[in-house]
Amino acid sequence: MRALIIARRELYAYLRSPLGSAIIAAALLVDGILFYFASLDTKRLSAQLLTQFFYDSSAATMVAGLLLSMRLLAEERQAGTITLLNTAPIRDRDIVLGKFISSFGVLTLMNLLTAYMPLMVFIRGKVSVGHILVGYLGLILLGAAVTAIGLFASSLARSQVVAVIIGAALVASMILLWVVARAVNPPFNTFFSGLALHHENYRPFMVGTLSFDRVAYYLMVAYFFLLSATKVLEARRWR
Amino acid sequence: MAGGAARSIFGNHVIEIQELYKYYGDRRAIGPLSTRIAQGEVVGLLGLNGAGKTTTLRVLACDLLPTSGSVRVAGFDVVERPDEVRAKVGYLPDRPPLYDDMTVREYLSYAARLRNVPANHVKKRVADVEELTEIGDVGNQLIGSLSHGFKQRVGIAQAIVHGPELVVLDEPISGLDPVQIMEMRELVRGLRGAHTVVVSSHILTEISETCDRILVIDEGRIAWSGTETELSATLKQGMRIALTLRGAGGSAQATADKARAALAGLASVRDVEVLEPAEAGEGIASLRIAVESDVREEVGKSLVQAGLGILELSREKELESMFLELLGEGHEQPGRRRRKKKQAEADAAHTESSAQNEEPS
Repeated sequence: MRALIIARRELYAYLRSPLGSAIIAAALLVDGILFYFASLDTKRLSAQLLTQFFYDSSAATMVAGLLLSMRLLAEERQAGTITLLNTAPIRDRDIVLGKFISSFGVLTLMNLLTAYMPLMVFIRGKVSVGHILVGYLGLILLGAAVTAIGLFASSLARSQVVAVIIGAALVASMILLWVVARAVNPPFNTFFSGLALHHENYRPFMVGTLSFDRVAYYLMVAYFFLLSATKVLEARRWR
Repeated sequence: MAGGAARSIFGNHVIEIQELYKYYGDRRAIGPLSTRIAQGEVVGLLGLNGAGKTTTLRVLACDLLPTSGSVRVAGFDVVERPDEVRAKVGYLPDRPPLYDDMTVREYLSYAARLRNVPANHVKKRVADVEELTEIGDVGNQLIGSLSHGFKQRVGIAQAIVHGPELVVLDEPISGLDPVQIMEMRELVRGLRGAHTVVVSSHILTEISETCDRILVIDEGRIAWSGTETELSATLKQGMRIALTLRGAGGSAQATADKARAALAGLASVRDVEVLEPAEAGEGIASLRIAVESDVREEVGKSLVQAGLGILELSREKELESMFLELLGEGHEQPGRRRRKKKQAEADAAHTESSAQNEEPS
């Protein structure tokens, strides 16, 4: 599968570049500090602490996802190396998929490195393993959706800075749909609430409730933006 | 049999272009463009900047898709079967697509894998192209640390690592020093036989040194096609002579006028063009004259008799003259264009100032 050849090269680039390590280190540091302050509240139940951890981690995941994905296609266009991919016998969807796999893989690795924190709750508290697993599933799905959005933004721009700004604007707009949902009357409130990237769709994972509707939502968001990025690459050949 | 391999229909032509058009928005970059290139040919695409060379090459490499027309490479249509075309084409753009954070060997292995070279053959293919392009010594170096010449070689190596039928090189000598240019020339010549090669350049001597056939492209169309000898025969022109003269105690313009008057008596002289002076100094003027036959001796004699000192009298490179002649009707040389623009500005300023002076206060 040609996408894996590209994914391997991208993973290699993340390992060699100080940017990838710096983003992961910063996200882990922020996660750790937030977890430390959350754990200082002794009145809080273990399950509540875990819920707070997954809430805080979702912010770090979204920011890291955008920063990791901003370079994927924008940097290739800026450096002219996109020509190597464009003139190789490889489909645009494989280019997009390979890029996505690498960035999503690094983001997932980053999330898994935070596992020591919920496990520490076991020392003095009592939480269910299911809550932890479902919480991580939510983080991973949110990461997949944000990476796909970032990759789409990267396909639109030549500059990484512009790419991250477009990506951040898209993510922020999708998060704020829950505010729109509050302001409109039924049935539109349900519609907007169901589209919001974080609020209604992420909350069940935070509290350890597995909902297949929510899983399907994140998978569809990721698919939609990956498809859009593929179409952008295809369209560029006709310009 | 739309898009399928059709070698039997197309004979031994690797490239078949018919009525190709490419538009960027409303601007026509190329078209109508039709040509054929046979297997094993080394063809030079010659044209001024903006003539449509790079766009043509990008279409051949499937980096861009045509707006209309038919382009077939090795029997496959670039729109209907782009993957098959890409597998048979190696492309070096004007800016080599190199990853600075990879070593040369890692990069070539990556390019080979992307282009369908089986995993167990990659090592051998990479070793082969390293030997051919003479980059074996820098195989373990990071690409970012290489000189421009080596980067260009790595660019060619990635274009041939999968053994393509067609190699497309866009300005391969761009930015190289004279020694590197000679080495690159040898390298391109070395591709002859194993591959069909299309090289673009706006450097005329480069095309004549490396190519079997020249396609002159002008405003997106093939203006002329043939060998250098055929081109010379077609134009039936004589030659161009470059002159740098010194007139005694006058301006450059006075020297040029004196030279014009002296050359007017020679029947063979077709055109006299005044250029920017090639040297600094009082009364020094540079000219280029077009003549029917080799009358350098007569030209020299006439100029001396007119009291002009000859600082330089040389025959211009034949191909360059031919190229200018070929594009002469549609184009002006940049130097002439600049001078005309300057002259037009000066005339406009002069007219304006005269008009102001004539206006009653």
